[in-house]
Amino acid sequence: MWDYTDKVKDHFKNPRNVGLIPDADGVGEVGSLACGDALKLTFKLDKTGRIAEVKFQTFGCASAIASSSALTEIVKGMTLDEAAKVTNQDIAEFLGGLPEQKMHCSVMGREALEAAIDNYRTGKKVKHELAGRVVCTCFGVTETEIERVIRDNKLTTVEQVTNYTKAGGGCGGCKGEIEKIIARVRGTAVQPPPPAPAKKLLTNLQKIKLIEETIEKNIQPMLRQDGGSLDLIDVQANRVLVSFRGTCAQCRMAEVTMKDVVQAQLREFVSDDLIVEEVKP
Amino acid sequence: MKNIYLDNNATTRVAPEVRDAMMPFFDEFWGNPSSMHTFGGQVKKYIDQAREQVAELINADPSEIVFTSCGSESDNMAIHGAVEAAGGKPHIITTRVEHPAVLAVCQYLQTRGCSVTELGVDSQGRLDLDELKKALRPDTAIVSIMWANNETGVIFPIDEISEIVKNAGAVMHTDAVQIIGKFPVDVKKTPVDLLALSGHKLHTPKGIGALYIRKGTRINPLILGGHQEGGKRAGTENVPYIVGLGKACELAANFIKDENTRVKSLRDRLEKGILDSCPDVRVNGNREHRLPNTTNISFEYIEGESILLMLDEFGIAASSGSACTSGSLEPSHVMRAMGVPFTAAHGSIRFSLSRYSTEDDVTAVLEHIPAIVNRLRELSPFVQK
Repeated sequence: MWDYTDKVKDHFKNPRNVGLIPDADGVGEVGSLACGDALKLTFKLDKTGRIAEVKFQTFGCASAIASSSALTEIVKGMTLDEAAKVTNQDIAEFLGGLPEQKMHCSVMGREALEAAIDNYRTGKKVKHELAGRVVCTCFGVTETEIERVIRDNKLTTVEQVTNYTKAGGGCGGCKGEIEKIIARVRGTAVQPPPPAPAKKLLTNLQKIKLIEETIEKNIQPMLRQDGGSLDLIDVQANRVLVSFRGTCAQCRMAEVTMKDVVQAQLREFVSDDLIVEEVKP
Repeated sequence: MKNIYLDNNATTRVAPEVRDAMMPFFDEFWGNPSSMHTFGGQVKKYIDQAREQVAELINADPSEIVFTSCGSESDNMAIHGAVEAAGGKPHIITTRVEHPAVLAVCQYLQTRGCSVTELGVDSQGRLDLDELKKALRPDTAIVSIMWANNETGVIFPIDEISEIVKNAGAVMHTDAVQIIGKFPVDVKKTPVDLLALSGHKLHTPKGIGALYIRKGTRINPLILGGHQEGGKRAGTENVPYIVGLGKACELAANFIKDENTRVKSLRDRLEKGILDSCPDVRVNGNREHRLPNTTNISFEYIEGESILLMLDEFGIAASSGSACTSGSLEPSHVMRAMGVPFTAAHGSIRFSLSRYSTEDDVTAVLEHIPAIVNRLRELSPFVQK
């Protein structure tokens, strides 16, 4: 059972500012059903440019609902410049704190707010945009987002980053990379990676065998977590043709990232010049 | 506020009869059954009696029952023990919907060089036995397949599965923690070699389990350091709990009929009531081959933890396969293995009843749930108005 503060419970049971403003000035959306939480934020400005009305709709757990409700209370009456400075910490503090593992709910609030402000200022992109390179393919979290959260919250461990952004909370394949990002942002020395064993020149047969092994041992277990799997169709010189099955095939991230994950793994363990291509079965 | 407890697949209330049977072993007969003196030695006969009671519930020989500390230990012992006894780095077959007490052991053994095949399930949570047949290899040492699933209640055809596994020459283990006491189990008819059961799902306190080991099954012990349990599980016997488990098994035999008539009809009323009163809900798992006490229902567009907390306001206890309730970030592995869409997996709620469940319990849930679901859906951005 989660240790929620009375304020979290109150904002969960009696959420403030629920709904949608039909003729909103700014609309921001973040999250998805697949991720387990999602937030749609709408606001309307008064003549002086302050947020006169703000409403939310949230799919998620108690702390996601409470964080959204808190966010609306915080930003009401603010100018957009003031609102743009609201951090996830402000949301968590307003609620008297959130359990560590639920901090990502406060981050979702801040992201929705950013998206809504962006929408007002530029008149486009209602969805929170994935800016930067995707690090966590399970939850679609980018490098930019991870860096931001590390800075805002002074995070030092991978576990914290997972609690705040969900990154690393699925297959766990990106944990090493998150560690490197933390080291970079915190300005601490990056642990020098152990010297990579020089990759041997492989015969074609050896290469195919190694690709098969890497798929079996490193890649399938990651995909299986999400109920998916991958078939190796063919290897033509440095092109590796694969097809995805199960939920991987329908996953919203599939086109962008699944291929990248597989390619990164194969390059790490087999050969640097491999190119993965997806073929429809 | 009245506690409406509908989370019996997680744990059960201690039966008063079980508690009463245990009490003398705290106050009076607290000796060590291995002692030479009468004070200690006299305790042994109560352990023997409990062993007979457990054996009788599954039609085993008392010598085939080993007491353990819990269902998880029984599963660990079965799989580790059989793999060790087989020697080398054998092949293991299990399913993707097992309890972590099985899955984590198999995954650990995989890191120690064993190869593991995890069988998938269809959208209703059923196995494809042809897939099992194809997965069996000459070096398959053990097949570990649960009898009934804790989340959905779906029952696997362990009779048929055991036959297939035995014909292939592998050891057959089943995690029977959820089925014991809810369905008749007869190891004379079902050729399983190993079977794990747990006390606290059967109305004992937490901290006692048992492993059935068919005579002639090669299995190495997990805990060394004593002659207890025929050398199969060292450690001074947990006498009060062993006596409690014996009593619980005796009681369970008398309640199996109740589970399959009264409890089942309560479950059916609850399920039908929810399906009739809430739009956009679905039952997860095959409804035909299912435990009589369990229903797993998904409420689309809303999240499980929120539903549970709102039910909690009314004293109603249930559980969820949603990500948020477990502290993990992904919905339950069982829901994912079944390919339950994310829209539904995050909002899945399990109600599990017991012999102590009443019509009033069901009425209370049916009274509150439509309003809870409506309320959360009003908050949800995915509901189109």
